[in-house]
Amino acid sequence: MGLHQDINKVQDSSLPFLEDDTPAAYKGFVKGDWNKEVDVRNFIQLNYTPYEGGKDFLAGPTEATTKLWDHVLELMKEENKKGVLDADTEVVSTITSHAPGYLNKELEKIVGVQTDAPLKRSLMPYGGLKMAVAALESNGYEISKETAEIFKKHRKTHNDGVFDVYTPDIRAARSAGIVTGLPDAYGRGRIIGDYRRVALYGITRLLEDKKAQKASLDGNVLTNDVMRLREELSEQIRALSELQEMGQSYGFDLSRPAENAQEAVQWLYLGYLAAIKEQNGAAMSLGRTSTFLDIYIQRDLDAGVLTEEQAQELMDHFVMKLRLVRFMRTPEYNELFSGDPVWVTEAIGGMGIDGRTLVTKNSFRVLHTLINLGPAPEPNLTVLWSEHMPKGFKDFCSQISIETSSVQYENDDLMRSYWGDDYGIACCVSAMEIGKQMQFFGARANLAKALLYAINGGVDEKSGKQIGPRMKPITSDVLDWNELEPLYDQMMDWLAKVYVDALNCIHYSHDKYNYERIEMALHDRDILRTMACGIAGLSVVADSISAIKNAKVKVIRNEAGLAVDYEVEGDFPTFGNNDDSVDSIAENLVKKFMGKIRNQTFYRDAMPTQSILTITSNVVYGKKTGSTPDGRKAGEPFAPGANPMHGRDKKGAVASMKSLCKLPYEDSQDGISYTFSIIPNALGNDEAERIENLSNLLDGYMHDMGHHINVNVFNRETLEDAMEHPELYPQLTVRVSGYAVNFIKLTREQQLDVINRTFHGQR
Amino acid sequence: MQDVEGYVHSVETGGSVDGPGLRYIVFVSGCPLRCLYCHNPDTMKMKRGKKTSAFEILKDVASYRTYFNTGGGGLTVSGGEPLAQPEFLKTLLLGAKKMGVHTAVDTSGYLGTKVDDELMDLIDLFLLDIKSWVPSTYKHVTGVELEPTLAFAKRLAELKKEVWVRFVLVPGLTDATENVEGVAKFVASLGNVTRVDVLPFHKMGENKWQDLGMKYQLSTTESPTPEATEAARDMFRKYGLNVH
Repeated sequence: MGLHQDINKVQDSSLPFLEDDTPAAYKGFVKGDWNKEVDVRNFIQLNYTPYEGGKDFLAGPTEATTKLWDHVLELMKEENKKGVLDADTEVVSTITSHAPGYLNKELEKIVGVQTDAPLKRSLMPYGGLKMAVAALESNGYEISKETAEIFKKHRKTHNDGVFDVYTPDIRAARSAGIVTGLPDAYGRGRIIGDYRRVALYGITRLLEDKKAQKASLDGNVLTNDVMRLREELSEQIRALSELQEMGQSYGFDLSRPAENAQEAVQWLYLGYLAAIKEQNGAAMSLGRTSTFLDIYIQRDLDAGVLTEEQAQELMDHFVMKLRLVRFMRTPEYNELFSGDPVWVTEAIGGMGIDGRTLVTKNSFRVLHTLINLGPAPEPNLTVLWSEHMPKGFKDFCSQISIETSSVQYENDDLMRSYWGDDYGIACCVSAMEIGKQMQFFGARANLAKALLYAINGGVDEKSGKQIGPRMKPITSDVLDWNELEPLYDQMMDWLAKVYVDALNCIHYSHDKYNYERIEMALHDRDILRTMACGIAGLSVVADSISAIKNAKVKVIRNEAGLAVDYEVEGDFPTFGNNDDSVDSIAENLVKKFMGKIRNQTFYRDAMPTQSILTITSNVVYGKKTGSTPDGRKAGEPFAPGANPMHGRDKKGAVASMKSLCKLPYEDSQDGISYTFSIIPNALGNDEAERIENLSNLLDGYMHDMGHHINVNVFNRETLEDAMEHPELYPQLTVRVSGYAVNFIKLTREQQLDVINRTFHGQR
Repeated sequence: MQDVEGYVHSVETGGSVDGPGLRYIVFVSGCPLRCLYCHNPDTMKMKRGKKTSAFEILKDVASYRTYFNTGGGGLTVSGGEPLAQPEFLKTLLLGAKKMGVHTAVDTSGYLGTKVDDELMDLIDLFLLDIKSWVPSTYKHVTGVELEPTLAFAKRLAELKKEVWVRFVLVPGLTDATENVEGVAKFVASLGNVTRVDVLPFHKMGENKWQDLGMKYQLSTTESPTPEATEAARDMFRKYGLNVH
């Protein structure tokens, strides 16, 4: 608190003897560096109002909100029936490709949709024509001949580019499924534009800045890097102008900064809208906007030109728009990332490096949309949890989690020391400084399959093909870790190389053929790029190694001599029970594979990171992987993310959390995902107790440096009933791995996977 | 301190309904009662549990102290009947106290005489199950006599030990007005009961009975309605008790 006041004193530049010449947009704001250069964080720090109180001030939905949301629910009902409500088959989506679209122009406080009508999906073939065509076809649409011809004959796509570059090794690994989910046929996403800049500065100022950036390169030797950057900056400048044009079509003058709360939300949203009109990336996250917007809302509240009801209405309408974001996806994509997710991730709360909380009243309002509009998977509301946050906010978060199961939590005390206090979350768990950092999304490598390759000398256990390096297979009847360990080590060396090779090809090509113009226009000139690698199957491998070490694992081979199944005799400790003997195996695997990744060379000098995150692809990974020495049978799902295997965490919630907390963030800086389900009765006998206990669980988990946790509070029976009677549960939301999903939109397989997870408290 | 081994069914971390805050719960095996509605029938026979060192458990408990600190929780020994293994219990609780961890014991009170002064001092909170008031009902529900439980409850009252009382509401078995009111009146007369939990009967343990090849007699009994549960709670409230 003290520091805040000091800053204000130092920065107080008002000169009462002169006439105030501050432009209307900045009236009442404390001036600072943000006036001299593009620096949103500085603006926030100097102007936001921390809120330490409780939820009592919140307002319910207005009549307009309820009416609009009912309309949306009708549209979604129809969409659920048809799969896709409507799709554009001809016009390739750009920032300015479509005329404005509305839900109900009279009632909407915040406007703008991706095409000319809500839930009508746009056509985006730049990532890959095949994918765009297949997505349309699987939903009963056909791409226009002319548009298809352009991309067949005249315009190369990202997908074409990648496959021109791929090596035979990469192709083999890819089709065997030892690396999967690679963004080589669709938009990579996971880049967050600093959409707040549109509201704070207006396009004119941002264009000046970008032009100056380009001019700053004029004297340089024209190396590949400099030429690429010049071309990219030119594209960014073009994109900003198009954003201004798009704003014009909705009747707004984005050339200037936003002058009030409604404009601030609208400007920011149009910036985001431009991004999703042009990119269908796997995750199109929003950033960290609610505290920024609170500054505008608070100014209007203080001036008496806005009421709390109206403030909440702005947030409700904004969030309603974010719930309408859709992309055309193929069935294969849906299998990987089930339930139509777009990861409009919004990071909420946290603490500033000066010790003040970044929680504002608007942190409450954005969460309160889950009550006013009911639960929903999007936007992907992510609370940056700190032990030091005000109790009022912590308890409100817990209450919302208990009522909606729609919130995820990530450790602000942990991430703040890496990324400062103005980072957001891309997709599920990937932290990045807003406007200063991006990532090259890298899906994940299958460590469980690599273990099987080590046993079989590089031969795939499903196809019998030689995919990995030809090595001596294990021939003994009982697995011996001393014999297997060096082989696994070599196999991971091979995997790390072929995997990073693939990622380098992908991002080289994506930059070239599907560059994110508008998102990058809302970044600084020089940014940090991370190469976000990932692993799947961590708990499968940890348990397998534990079984090999502590029990007797017999190999069952087929006629060709290939190890295809295992028989486990005896007990062995499993990951998720706070047992060091096996938790340390998981910990070492994470460290070891990250070490092997670090040994590679990276496109554009990216900094390598790693995630332990599968999203819902744990089901597909399981399908593509044969039986494993932990007793998991061929085809059965892996646990999601860094979770213990289903039902093997037997010592309750906290023991499971403790095991997770041992996984090192320094070796998984792209995030460690943990999905947690607990039945309401296990949290306490009444609401007050449940809230208190959930807040305490979260405090304990974060104190022990757990990174991420999805919190689900419901009974298994509820899900079973929803499978039988989906019509009764249109808004039932569950947290899966790093995102939330409308339960009834999951495939049957995915639904069963969620139901089979460990429910803490169910004895 | 000397290590002692005991028979343990399982442990649960992060339990939050067996005492205040987040708790580490040790479920010991072995119980002299045969409650018809028991939802952990696999803890009835002591030897079905796993022989476990108290020190091993205490080492594990130690690693959860941060959670106890944030949530005001601690160690709860439940079961089974913890008082069926008093030496083991004493060792666990002594270790916990030495670590500054809050202790609770979940008991039917039937073996209350096993609690000597030393053990008594180690227990911060008793979770006392009073399963019925009418002696014949108690006998029918549990297979044993009511009197030892009442005697133990009175002893705890004299010593002013903190007690939470738990009462399971089973339609057609424990829900007679006379039975509920009897417990309420008695509990109110003690003066040391800070909280009463009225727990609605559920059948989540039924399949365990079947797995053990034991006959479950309440297959056709339904859970009480929320209204009936609330009515029973009101009965306790009528006597000025803090009810959850």
